[in-house]
Amino acid sequence: MGKISVRFFARYAELAGCTWSHVNVNTPTTVADVIARVREVFPGTQAMPATPLAALNQRQVKLDAPVTEGDEVALLPPLSGG
Amino acid sequence: MMHLTRHPLEVTELLAQVQNAERGGTCVFLGTVRNDAGVTGIDYSAYEAMADKEIERILAEAHERWPEARVMLQHRLGVIPAGEASIAIAAAAPHRDAAFAACRHVIEEVKQRLPIWKKELRGDGSEQWVEAHDHR
Repeated sequence: MGKISVRFFARYAELAGCTWSHVNVNTPTTVADVIARVREVFPGTQAMPATPLAALNQRQVKLDAPVTEGDEVALLPPLSGG
Repeated sequence: MMHLTRHPLEVTELLAQVQNAERGGTCVFLGTVRNDAGVTGIDYSAYEAMADKEIERILAEAHERWPEARVMLQHRLGVIPAGEASIAIAAAAPHRDAAFAACRHVIEEVKQRLPIWKKELRGDGSEQWVEAHDHR
């Protein structure tokens, strides 16, 4: 099992009830599998879309991106900067 | 100069970063909080560490594409009252075409890529997250 940091922002932080936490998953894994685990641990996040935007170690990635122990996965609501 | 700030944007300081005697054309883009439908302000939040890196990446890409241009940007975070600017971009180049093009490119990339979110605050006390839309 590997420990993955997870971060929630904006509306997703409200759904999760926190801005930062971690989940334990079998590593190596993918961003999609981390998100699946997040939906179990933080039931409020089941209201997120099926394929939310995600960043791995501060860079936006596709959901099949590989994840290893110690990585940080961030879940990003639709971006609205500017 | 910090790319993210919680203070009102200072366009004069931004201009000082890009304008010089070799760059004959300078343009500035300001994004201002609108007072749509009772909106009194917008609370901007960010994944700050990533936003800062993403801004650096966007500016580096603009520099590759327009090597003679210099572009700087600042994005304000926190509660911004309607009528005040949330983002300022200054682009300077030897001639105006490159200045306008680089400025336009940077604001479009910002809209697509920065991990920043808006919550609209209304006069009646209600609040609402803004989901992305494609107004230009």
